[in-house]
Amino acid sequence: MNNNYEVIVVGGGHAGVESALATARLGHKTLLITGRIENIATMPCNPSIGGSAKGIIVREIDALGGEMGINADKTLIQMKMLNSSKGPAVRSLRAQADKITYPKEMQKVLKNQANLDIKEAMVEDLIIENKKVKGIITDKLEKIESKIVILTTGTYLKSDILIGNTRTRSGPHDEKPSQHLSDKLRDYGFKILRLKTGTPPRIAKDTIDFSKTKIENGDPKSYTFSHDIKPIYDVNNQVPCHLIYTTPETHKIILNNLNKSAMYGGLDDITGIGPRYCPSIEDKLVRFSDKERHQLFLEPESLYYDDIYIQGFSTSMPKDVQEQMVKSLPGLENAKILRYAYAIEYDAIYPTQINASLETKVIENLFTAGQINGTSGYEEAAAQGLIAGINASLKLRNKEPLILKRNEAYIGVLIDDLVTKGTKEPYRMLTSRAEYRLLLRHDNADLRLREYGYQVGLINEEKYQKLLNKKENIKKLTDEIKNTKITITQNNKKTSITIYDYLKTPSTSLSEILNKNNNLTYEEEVIEQVEIQVKYDGYIQKVKREAEKMLKNEEKQIPNDIDYNKVNNLATEARQKLNEVRPKTIGQALRISGVNPSDISILMVYLRKYYNE
Amino acid sequence: MNDTITAISTALGPSAISIIRVSGTDAIEIVNKIFKGKDLKKQESHTIHYGHIVENDKIIDEVLVSIMKAPKTFTKEDVVEINTHGGIATTNKVLELLLLNGARLADPGEFSKRAFLNGRIDLVEADGIMNLIEAKTQTARELSINQLSGKVSNLITDLRDKLVQIIANIEVNIDYPEYEDIENLTNDKIKKDIEQFQKDLLTIIKESEDGKIISEGLKVAIIGRPNVGKSSLLNNLLEEEKAIVTDIEGTTRDIVEGNLSISGIPVTIIDTAGIRKTSNIVEKIGVDKSLNTIDKADLIIYMLNNNEPISKEDIDIYNKIKDKKHIIVINKIDLENKLTIPKEIKNYINISILKNTGIDEIKTTIINMFNLGNLHTKDLTYLSSARSISLLKKSFTYIENAINNININTPIDIVEIELRNAWETLGEIIGQTYSEELIDELFSRFCLGK
Repeated sequence: MNNNYEVIVVGGGHAGVESALATARLGHKTLLITGRIENIATMPCNPSIGGSAKGIIVREIDALGGEMGINADKTLIQMKMLNSSKGPAVRSLRAQADKITYPKEMQKVLKNQANLDIKEAMVEDLIIENKKVKGIITDKLEKIESKIVILTTGTYLKSDILIGNTRTRSGPHDEKPSQHLSDKLRDYGFKILRLKTGTPPRIAKDTIDFSKTKIENGDPKSYTFSHDIKPIYDVNNQVPCHLIYTTPETHKIILNNLNKSAMYGGLDDITGIGPRYCPSIEDKLVRFSDKERHQLFLEPESLYYDDIYIQGFSTSMPKDVQEQMVKSLPGLENAKILRYAYAIEYDAIYPTQINASLETKVIENLFTAGQINGTSGYEEAAAQGLIAGINASLKLRNKEPLILKRNEAYIGVLIDDLVTKGTKEPYRMLTSRAEYRLLLRHDNADLRLREYGYQVGLINEEKYQKLLNKKENIKKLTDEIKNTKITITQNNKKTSITIYDYLKTPSTSLSEILNKNNNLTYEEEVIEQVEIQVKYDGYIQKVKREAEKMLKNEEKQIPNDIDYNKVNNLATEARQKLNEVRPKTIGQALRISGVNPSDISILMVYLRKYYNE
Repeated sequence: MNDTITAISTALGPSAISIIRVSGTDAIEIVNKIFKGKDLKKQESHTIHYGHIVENDKIIDEVLVSIMKAPKTFTKEDVVEINTHGGIATTNKVLELLLLNGARLADPGEFSKRAFLNGRIDLVEADGIMNLIEAKTQTARELSINQLSGKVSNLITDLRDKLVQIIANIEVNIDYPEYEDIENLTNDKIKKDIEQFQKDLLTIIKESEDGKIISEGLKVAIIGRPNVGKSSLLNNLLEEEKAIVTDIEGTTRDIVEGNLSISGIPVTIIDTAGIRKTSNIVEKIGVDKSLNTIDKADLIIYMLNNNEPISKEDIDIYNKIKDKKHIIVINKIDLENKLTIPKEIKNYINISILKNTGIDEIKTTIINMFNLGNLHTKDLTYLSSARSISLLKKSFTYIENAINNININTPIDIVEIELRNAWETLGEIIGQTYSEELIDELFSRFCLGK
């Protein structure tokens, strides 16, 4: 094997794919190592890409030059714009993606990518010299050298599949887990975290009586995640989902068998912490005992096979109980379970040990992305994979890393949260985590981030020109509506008003006004952009001012060599947290939980005194 | 922050003992230099010692000295308290000796500030201690003690909890748009909750203002054209000759103050220079100060002269004060009526200071206006500092904006920006800013997931 790789990516999930594509596209000879090549970019859990906040992440990935958006556009079987009745800041796309074609298309892209080799192997150790990574060692003890290693190991670190009272050391899809890598990481100085997640049972489609369910169709309007391609699916031919509810019988079965659930006594050695936003059905019954029923979605996994995914029904009950549970659901009385639900426990690293560039603080040139950093979700993983790939390349080119700020991207919020606050449960992105979300919209992802993608080298000249044209047109249209007056009837009086001012009044639409009043011809996305910018101008400015306050605190640097043990009067918890996270700025320090404003004033007094700032 | 500070901690005045507090690294050493008795440096923490304060072996006072070593002290620094035997002169002398021996005179509130910076107290407690120090009446002392005990923190925490529930309801609708069993919140549904919250907040603001009155008292400014009898009214209310009373216009060129108690509430009456256009520079400064006083007062007593026709200046002054709480008083009713009362002035009190009539009616009106008779019967858990009240009001404005936005059908996530601002502003009162609270609330109250 030829050993002159610049980058080795360990893991072929959504994070690994983006990392490998990014470094290869930026001209670095890259090797992607994965347990099974045919499982690259598969979706082991829900058959969808996007969702609230996550859809915006996919747009951001696309704006920066990542692959996830395009691949989802190529393979989706249903598309919805969520929150379309709410404000522009919270709109977000969600696609039902086909579980067969999504990985297939992605694998094609990888195979056709120059500078990229793919190898099937299990990585069990790293080559480390003087706290610097120099390559990897496989389970066959093969050593492969590289300048940079990116770990995107997903749930494969010492993973255990839990069903009822059985614990089996295995990755998803009966794949081999990595047995030793997390122990090695611990030896190298990482703190290791045990996490847990679960997945619901899959049902044979032709055994479901859909007449007892409520149909949920895709949107009649077509959309794409990508900024660069037109919709290729047929809006009239989308595959529907179906809605059902749990029954009193379901609840009885679950409560009677609670002690058999792996999480509720079936296994007494569970240490992994599960996500609150994605509880198992037994968790939901216990925690929300007053609820009479719980909502479940029946989601198709693919056009090419029959599995239906029961969203909301994840469980770690033994198989016989799962049978009873499923058969108690309306329309599923005769259902055949194709694959049983399971919980999975796996190792991750405490993300406070990582820099915002996603390079670890412990080992130089070692980057981590995705579930190994404590996150959950395909989109969160892909976003980190892309950033890790970009920053690996920037490091190889001796350039400053790309660190997106909280007011620039959900990706910025995601990474800042991880490296500043850490996480105790698998971290999922929510719109409520983004305090400046009015700036982080679905519609302006390209305006926010394409420039970065271009500077880094993942966005080509043609796409960049397109962005510049769009910006130019937004400016032109804004100027035009400021200078164009129309006559409207208000309180039975005719008044002349600029379109710009009229647009600020409630329930007006720019495209309607333009259609009615003149022949301006602009692209739909330009009109949409101007409308949002004008209508919500007051609030956008307000949020921008808040963001500026935050940025001021980001400018206040904390010296790398600060010794928190010498700062008198810090609360014990604050001292501990500051020592752990070692924030780079006062702004970051402020966001650490357990560090109070009074600790910050003490810290600032100390900095002024000893560093004369 | 490592220097040693000192100040007289008790009110300066004729009292049996006064306490001088010293805090900082050198507190014990500095006091030891002027203390004759045991060697204070060798004493254990939290002990009291008898001795004398001396200057060059001359005894200044017989004292008790308390030694409290860090960190179990109010400021978390070494603290020494000297109990002197009273008398303004003696107390000042002791303070002077401390300053000569290396202590620095503390800024107002600096002990509390150190306590705060050293992590001894939170912001609300610091506010409460300020009030305790400044409390002039027994009622105010009770109120300050309540604030210290964390009741205010609880009150604000309750308010924030209510608000965060509304916010979480909105958030959960955004993050989980397809969950039908989560009640889909429309603006109409959320409006009711917000309006209820607004009511709760308003009640607390109202009660806090009462609390402020109890602790800080009322500031009442008497204003009017020159020579309408402002100084005479002040003297009459105070029953002492504090302001110079002459019948030469423009005699009061500075602000003259006096304190009295109405229904147990301390009331500061401020006599202002008569407001008129003037070229006399000294008098002009007085006039500017008067206008400034209008802004700071809780209540304006606006005086007119029954014996003079109304002037343009009278109307100008009236326009300046009409939006503030005010009482209109017409003086000199014992003299010939030359005044036509403008029709926008509906309520006024006729008085004659010379004949001492109508003065009690002024007091009664003040009592009714501020509900002074009932203030002290309330549960005294309010937020009495001006800082807290202004933050409460700021928060109220955000809530008002939210409701206005709902009324014009602004998307719910935009409305939520105002609610979040209100929530954060309330957090400022107790020194808490953004945290994981919201997300925790989201997950503890709603049942979500795959």
